[in-house]
Amino acid sequence: MPDEAALRPPSPGWRLRAAVAGRVALAAFGGYGVAALATAFLSLVLPMARSEAVATATLLSFAILVGAVIWVFSARTLGRAFLGLAVPGGLLAAGLWLALALVQTAQPA
Amino acid sequence: MKQGFRQSMAWLHTWAGLVTGWVMFCVFVTGTATYYRTDISHWMRPELRPAAVEPGIAAERGAAYLKVHAPKAVAWYIALPQEERPLLDVYWFDSFDTPIRQATLDAGTGQPSTARATQGGDFLYRFHFELQMMPLIGRWIVGASALILLVALVSGIVTHRRIFSDFFTFRRDKSAQRGWLDAHNVTGVLALPFHLMITYTGIVTLAFTLMPWGVASAYRGDALRFFTEAGQNPAGRAATGRPAEALPLAPLMARAQGEVSEPLEMAIVNNPGDAAATVVAVFEEPKGLAHRHPQVVFDATSGDVIDRLGTLKPAAHVFTSFLGLHEAHFAGPALRVLFFLCGLMGSATIATGLVLWAVARAPKAGAAPGFSLRLVRGLNLGTILGLPIGIAAFFLANRLLPVDLVGRATWEGGVFFGAWGLAALVGLARPQARTWREMGTAAAVLFLGVPFVDVLTTDRGLDFLGFDAAMIAIGLLLAWGARKVSRYRGPARARAAAPDNLARA
Repeated sequence: MPDEAALRPPSPGWRLRAAVAGRVALAAFGGYGVAALATAFLSLVLPMARSEAVATATLLSFAILVGAVIWVFSARTLGRAFLGLAVPGGLLAAGLWLALALVQTAQPA
Repeated sequence: MKQGFRQSMAWLHTWAGLVTGWVMFCVFVTGTATYYRTDISHWMRPELRPAAVEPGIAAERGAAYLKVHAPKAVAWYIALPQEERPLLDVYWFDSFDTPIRQATLDAGTGQPSTARATQGGDFLYRFHFELQMMPLIGRWIVGASALILLVALVSGIVTHRRIFSDFFTFRRDKSAQRGWLDAHNVTGVLALPFHLMITYTGIVTLAFTLMPWGVASAYRGDALRFFTEAGQNPAGRAATGRPAEALPLAPLMARAQGEVSEPLEMAIVNNPGDAAATVVAVFEEPKGLAHRHPQVVFDATSGDVIDRLGTLKPAAHVFTSFLGLHEAHFAGPALRVLFFLCGLMGSATIATGLVLWAVARAPKAGAAPGFSLRLVRGLNLGTILGLPIGIAAFFLANRLLPVDLVGRATWEGGVFFGAWGLAALVGLARPQARTWREMGTAAAVLFLGVPFVDVLTTDRGLDFLGFDAAMIAIGLLLAWGARKVSRYRGPARARAAAPDNLARA
């Protein structure tokens, strides 16, 4: 539980407000984006039956999302927080693009 | 966050907990009640007497009704009666684009039931994950709130330096803030495994709404195909357009029952009247964690078995076990009581956390509270005491509204929201410290009144001893809480909140 000192609000200047708003937006949209990319990517590449890969990736996605949010709020600066999401997000997007091109998802008739 | 890791997590816990607290309090309270959904439904239909009806015969009565009232439907669902609930709930889709339709029949006659119209325990169950809104919007609000709660839980655990010793710490006399902090810690830590489990598995129940991207990439969005391949749904069969005479349901149900030891729960007819029609016998879940109903699929015209749901692969088994854990279908009476108490503790953790936020920011004596503090205080009062008042009024309405009232089931819901809204209004119009005591007392009186109204309006008092005892226990708990809260809040501080809270409270 937080210390009492940590519970008391600091006097918020516009700079602090903007920084907090930036982190909230990054955590919500960036965190969800990374989790969504990871789910889509893992569903295609995990070495198991297709339905199993989707179930595993979807179960993992919420842990990834929570981890990403924790990261955004614990990073020292907003820039670092952004980089910490952008790099894995970029890699996942590239991997997903490759996997979509290479993995057979067409419906067997 | 320039401070250390623990401080930034404390900040995250405080604010994530605050923004999600009101919705999650409602979700926890109604979810906790849902552990006793069937008991609530029984209580809310006192006209029903237990009666055994053979499930195959009941299925045919349901099908006979649907043949007359929904001959063109694409699917019929006939929920079969249980001995303590001799009702047939029939559902159908007129087409794939229209909403589902429903009728409640008397299992003995197959005619519309004469028992009072009510949503019963299903009202609180649906509120638990849809807030009685449009399903998709409600599920997204609940799902996003649950994700924020999961963040609040994880950051709260990280923040906790002395997780073991805090377990034994309750310093209610030191200061109001210390007392609330310790109450928050005790209820939070004591049932922490439950809080984590129920939040995560709750998110999993909404997984494919919140995170559809696995199905989108691996199945190109074909969710039906995913559920079929995962072994959770039998394969569908398209209609041919040629009519054909279907076999009677009772022999098919009897043959299915010969294969499965669980009781029959539902009969489904896909494409009724078509040559490609199928009949699905759905059974209750076997004991065990996984949430999966055994199913046997017949060709409706030839009677051949065309599909059975086999065993699940590991990941699908884990997935359905999470759903099973959340719904606690496996829990016998003792374990169910434990889950119920854990749910109450979860609600108390959220409530004390919300109050703690406001108490920690109380202005010095004489200073007026700011807008945000007044807003939080108003929402706290309107949620933490408003919701119980709404639930008690909902139960009272079930007994007091005329049985033949038009739109009766909807009126019960209206009373729930009306009483809740009224309670929130009263809370906003009066000084806060007094209002906690007064509204807590009002909620206690309403809950204590439920058993009395029950005894006065029905002749089944002795059949509902468990329910009535629970109402009295909740009433006494609220009365005790109202006394405690009013004693520890000190002098009245300020007007409760600005009028623009009304819409949100």
